[in-house]
Amino acid sequence: MSTTPMLRLERVTGGYGPVTVLHGLDLEVAEGEVAVILGANGAGKTTTLRAICGILDKVHGDVFFDGSAITKRSTQAIARSGIALVPQGRGTFGDLSVDDNLRLGAMTRKDKGIAADLDRWYDVFPRLSERRSQAAGSMSGGEQQMLAIARALMSRPRLLLLDEPSLGLAPLITKDLFERLGEINRTEGLTMLVVEQNASLALAIANRGYVLETGNIVASGPAASLAADEGVRKAYLGF
Amino acid sequence: MTDTTMNTEAAIGTPDPSGTTGISWLRVVVGVVLAVVALWLPFNYNPDTNTLFAQVFYLAIAAMGLNLLTGFNGQVSIGHGAFFGVGAFTTAILTVEQGWPIEATIPVAAVLAAVVGVVVGFPALRVKGLYLALITLGLAVLFPRVTGKIVKGPGGVALLQPSRNEVSSYWPDLLEDDQYRYFVCLAIMVLLFWAASNLMRSRAGRAMIAVRDQEVAASTVGVNVAGVKIASFALSAAYAGVAGSLSVMVDRVADATNPLIYFQRSIEFLIAVVIGGAATISGPLLGAAFLVFVRKRFEDTEALAPALLGGSLMVIIYVLPDGLIGGYRRLVARFRRPGPSAPDRSPEPPRPPTPVADQTPA
Amino acid sequence: MQLFIDQVLNGVNIGVIYASVALALVLIYRTTGLLNFAQGELALFSTFITWWFAVEQDVPIWGALLISFVLSFIGGALIERILIRPVEGAHSPLNVVIVTLGMFLAVNALAQLIFIKPGQEALQMPDLFPSGDLAFGIRKSTVGFAVVLIVECVVLWLLLQKTKLGLALRGVASNPESSRLVGINTGNMLMVGWALAAGIGAIAGSLAATRGSGFDSSLMQQILVYSFAAAALGGFDSPLGAVVGGLVVGIADSLTIQYVDALDGIELVVPFVLILVVLLVRPNGLFGRTIVERV
Repeated sequence: MSTTPMLRLERVTGGYGPVTVLHGLDLEVAEGEVAVILGANGAGKTTTLRAICGILDKVHGDVFFDGSAITKRSTQAIARSGIALVPQGRGTFGDLSVDDNLRLGAMTRKDKGIAADLDRWYDVFPRLSERRSQAAGSMSGGEQQMLAIARALMSRPRLLLLDEPSLGLAPLITKDLFERLGEINRTEGLTMLVVEQNASLALAIANRGYVLETGNIVASGPAASLAADEGVRKAYLGF
Repeated sequence: MTDTTMNTEAAIGTPDPSGTTGISWLRVVVGVVLAVVALWLPFNYNPDTNTLFAQVFYLAIAAMGLNLLTGFNGQVSIGHGAFFGVGAFTTAILTVEQGWPIEATIPVAAVLAAVVGVVVGFPALRVKGLYLALITLGLAVLFPRVTGKIVKGPGGVALLQPSRNEVSSYWPDLLEDDQYRYFVCLAIMVLLFWAASNLMRSRAGRAMIAVRDQEVAASTVGVNVAGVKIASFALSAAYAGVAGSLSVMVDRVADATNPLIYFQRSIEFLIAVVIGGAATISGPLLGAAFLVFVRKRFEDTEALAPALLGGSLMVIIYVLPDGLIGGYRRLVARFRRPGPSAPDRSPEPPRPPTPVADQTPA
Repeated sequence: MQLFIDQVLNGVNIGVIYASVALALVLIYRTTGLLNFAQGELALFSTFITWWFAVEQDVPIWGALLISFVLSFIGGALIERILIRPVEGAHSPLNVVIVTLGMFLAVNALAQLIFIKPGQEALQMPDLFPSGDLAFGIRKSTVGFAVVLIVECVVLWLLLQKTKLGLALRGVASNPESSRLVGINTGNMLMVGWALAAGIGAIAGSLAATRGSGFDSSLMQQILVYSFAAAALGGFDSPLGAVVGGLVVGIADSLTIQYVDALDGIELVVPFVLILVVLLVRPNGLFGRTIVERV
């Protein structure tokens, strides 16, 4: 890459308590692209996203966003700088209404466009529009996933992190979800870093892919060539 | 509960390294010195000061009771004042109304308090943490009112005062009343601390700690969690009951006229445990000494003592989360002396609370 | 019948105070997950501040109450920041009990040291509402108390439901981690929660002090037990539940005193049994949302 990548991780290590999950990770996401992290359970995919967002307690190494180090910043400061995470399990505000959830997504914004954005995402996700005043926790998994993504988009992020968006969703819904994500990337130019177990779906919308195994990147490259690489596919991706 | 966990590890988790001659020799010397001091004290201070010492001893017993439950078993109680009160009124009623010798009432007080403890222990199986604290708080607030309804002393109020001869010494030629009470409290305290120390090194004691640290894991290895919890409550309440019983002997009053007196007692026990060091053996005694000293030192200005005690309770969480004993242990560990953890092992009376003596008008 | 109505009205009068203190307890529980055993004593201190401005400084009573509210609001925020922050999230009930009981003792004692002159017995709080009946045996003060509670509820509702700050507060209560992920400074929200609770406590304590023939440093201790019962009944995390619970407990207490002779002098059995039954049988109360146990 000739230009500075939007997100860069250098030798990032981290974990939970005494357990180290990440062992010196290097990773880049360029502006406007969709990058995907693939890997088995326990490889450290979720931990990587948590390290970026500052939720992990002890992170060593450097995380750069737009060229400035954000490793030591608090979670809320990182969120304010333009990174939005759609956490695994969705992290919705279960007892608050759909509308409140979306407004919470826009917490950091001070501009006048919040109401317009609300309408816009209600257009994109009509199911949410039907359930505006319903408690988020009472909706189906797929609806909550839509809500979590819409909430993240409400913050007008520069970088969207998605943690296993397909988890617990029916295959058709997952397919639909990824098509919408691809569309948002194309129309908005929104940069995304997606963690996913469903490799074929994720690689289909991605520009770049990383394969993670026990806290290390074991393969990386353009999404198309990763998907085409017989060895990588057999060893890590399982399709 | 991580703080106390660390504590216990040091207190009882490791086997006694006293096989080495040097350490046990030192321990014997410390023990003998303490014993001599304890025997010497009451003959060299005035009755008022001896009464203060006796108060330290019975408060230490109650604090040890709370410590068994909260420190070692992890159940938080603000209701121990009520158990203390059960003991106090049992003794006062039996002495004043039934004419029992006061010493004979102590076991009865222990048993009755334990029974109440079991009754409280059952809801504690379902309600934990802060909610258990809330229920036990209610118990402490309720106790004087219920007692006031049942017990009517002279004058129609819930106040029973044994007469002087009901708490007097059996050997007036040998021991003055205050000295006698000092020795009774001291002996019972030594006995109960020794029992607690042995218990916590036994299988039953390890079960109590296991329930505190890893309740689920404890149940999977065959610990009867419910049984241990209720037994802890009963034992803990019995200690508080004995303390209440002794308080009638020392202070010659069982009082339920002030509706908050037993709630305040509960807080006192908590102070003694926390400041001395939760989940240690000698912590409650040090804490009780601190408590009595502060109360005595600032008795002229009402409200100053509670302000200081409340303040120290808050500060200790940040400064010495494991209490005086924990702080002492860390200090010793820092100098890397495999030194005597004498205050912990020896159930003998510790250093005399000299500051108390200093401040007391002779 | 008139006697019954009188007792119900009397229960509403005291129930307003229980409801307010319960509201304060709930605000703190929702944001920090703690039961604040010192809530009553903090309210007591605020009450002394109101009294000091009203009586010693001759500020009109409503002005004094306003000053007390503002000072308490600030004080609550400082207390959270300095004293409570270190024990938050430690999930050690013992530490929470120690700090809040330490505060209980210290604040009560400080209030006495600062405001009560040696030998002084009960203090007189100027009336907030005129004495006498409005109509049908309804005291003006009861109506006034009820209006205060309604105003509190409406303001709180508007704050929580209609403002961005309120949205953030509800977000933190619902899901702290997600709140940080959307950029909310959760620490500040906890401060706001404590500040609001202390402010509401100031109102509750000042109202309580105008009941009866004077007040002293034990004003809030019994009230706290009733308020815990009210909060438990309502479910600990529901502001609406706290208000309903407060009124129910107040009326139940008032009727008990009138009609159940066996409980004469031990009316506290009522809230105690209520707490016990609610925690054992229905831990999330009438309006609560989550399971109560967090060990």
